[in-house]
Formats: sequence, structure tokens, C-alpha cells
Amino acid sequence: MYKVKVYVTLRESVLDPQGTAVKGSLHSLNYKEVQDVRIGKYMELTIEKSVRDIDETVKELCEKLLANTVIEDYRYEVEEVVAQ
Amino acid sequence: MKFAVIVFPGSNCDVDMYHAIKDELGEEVEYVWHDATNLDEFDGILLPGGFSYGDYLRSGALARFSNVMNAVIEAANAGKPVLGVCNGFQILLEAGLLPGAMKRNENLKFMCRPTELRVENNTTMFSAGYQKDEVITIPIAHGEGNYYCDEETLANLQANNQIVFKYHGTNPNGSLEDIAGIINEKGNVLGMMPHPERAVDSLLGSADGLKLFQSIVKQWRLSIDVVTS
Repeated sequence: MYKVKVYVTLRESVLDPQGTAVKGSLHSLNYKEVQDVRIGKYMELTIEKSVRDIDETVKELCEKLLANTVIEDYRYEVEEVVAQ
Repeated sequence: MKFAVIVFPGSNCDVDMYHAIKDELGEEVEYVWHDATNLDEFDGILLPGGFSYGDYLRSGALARFSNVMNAVIEAANAGKPVLGVCNGFQILLEAGLLPGAMKRNENLKFMCRPTELRVENNTTMFSAGYQKDEVITIPIAHGEGNYYCDEETLANLQANNQIVFKYHGTNPNGSLEDIAGIINEKGNVLGMMPHPERAVDSLLGSADGLKLFQSIVKQWRLSIDVVTS
């Protein structure tokens, strides 16, 4: 069994309106040192082991559905766990 | 002409769309549920606004993989007119029938108000009833209408005259180049954030949207005449 953690954020080149608003609020709380805020999504997937390479599967499902690669980047971490 | 209004779980402008076609335009129309697999009997496909699948993950991302979308893609490839409004536009983007993607509105607010649009291209089957540069009033109602695409895609849209409607005056959502509606290269798939189906009678504040539907029917009749004569 694999536990996969997927992080999806807007691409660096794409202005993030939510992140910009949150940065503004942090600045008004006097955290002037905050340079940038990017808001994203975090997803946890539990995936059964199969003959297919886990990286191949995760990349494919990220690009097909979990991230819209026109505006979003994704990264992930795979952890092997013992089935409960 | 016979239209299909595709209904996804969470669509909420399907009834307005149906009313616009049946009562204001006077054409045939049927609701088609999202698990349908065949749209052969229809001449035009309408994807209404709403919050399909609760807008979970991203607007339109889950609707894009419903059964009916294969048939919508087939209809688009066959050259039938396909119109996506608001959430329907977002679904067309996710399905890759139109280029680009939607971001949250720049001011992060859900914007619900009449907007002025300028007709940039009146040579499409959807906009032939308007004058070039005509300013029309059509309402918007969305939180994610901030159209985005990369520079290369934008250059292509401009070169092929695929930007059909732009916001005139104030841009309500921060969209690139004030884009409100775009068409595919072939010219039969239009996506737009403003709701023409909500502007089909002066009682509703504007009847400017009716011309869009009349244009579709007129162009369709012309194409039929060419085939039969």
C-alpha cells in the first residue's frame, strides 16, 4: 500500500489572487517579512500496490485530473505503508 | 432546430436555458442528463451554468469526465454548435475543447450583475446577428471567471480572431485582455462567462442575449438549405 501526498499550487508565472489577499492580511498583522503567499491544495491518496510503477500512476492521475497544468503545478511524496 | 441542455448534478441555469430556447426562441429543446451517451438526435448542444459536482477540485473538472462529455466532444468534432455558458465554459476548458483555464476572480468576490460586452468578432455562427463592436448588456454570475492562458495561446486566439466577446468598460473578474467569451478554431464551440439565456426578454432587463441564439438558428438553417438545395 502507498500513501501519496499531492500538493497542487498555481504556477509561479500565474498571479494567485487568494495568495495576494492573504499576504496583504499578514502585512496588516505586521508580518512585513512575508514576501509571498501561494495558496494550494493538499490531497492524500491511498493506493494499492500493482504491477504499474507508482510514479507513473501518480503522475498520470495528477495530469489528468488533480491538477490543471495550464495554470497549476503539482508535486507529490510517496510513502510505502503496511495495509491495515 | 433541436437543442440539448446538458444537466449535470449541480447545474442551476438549465431551466433558464430551456426557457430561452423554448419560449423566447421558439425552437425544440430537451434536457439531457449527464450520464447520456448519445446526442445524435440534437442539432445544437448547450452546457448551462451552475456548480456541477459542487465545483469540487476545480470548476468543471469533474463534470468533464461524465459520460455525456464524450458525446459532447463527438458533436463538437462533427461541427455541431456547442455553447458553454459560465460553468459550461469552465467545463469546455477542462475538456480541452477550448484553450486556457479559469482562476478565481481577481477581487475574490462572486460577481453577480449586468455587464457590458463588446462584440469583437461578429463573423461566427453565434455572433452573426450583432454588429462588430456593438456593445450589449448581458449579466454575469460567477466567482471563477478570471480567464487565463499563456502568451502563445493568447497570440493564437488573437491571430485567429477567436475572441468573440470582451468586457466593455469595467472588467469584473480580471480576465486576460478583458476576455468574456472565446470560440474554437473551427468556429463551432463557444464558451462565455456572461449568461445570454438570462437576457432574452426586456422584462429581464435586457434582450441582447436572444440575438446569440437567433444567430445559431439562422446559421444552422442556412447550412441545411445548402445541403438540401
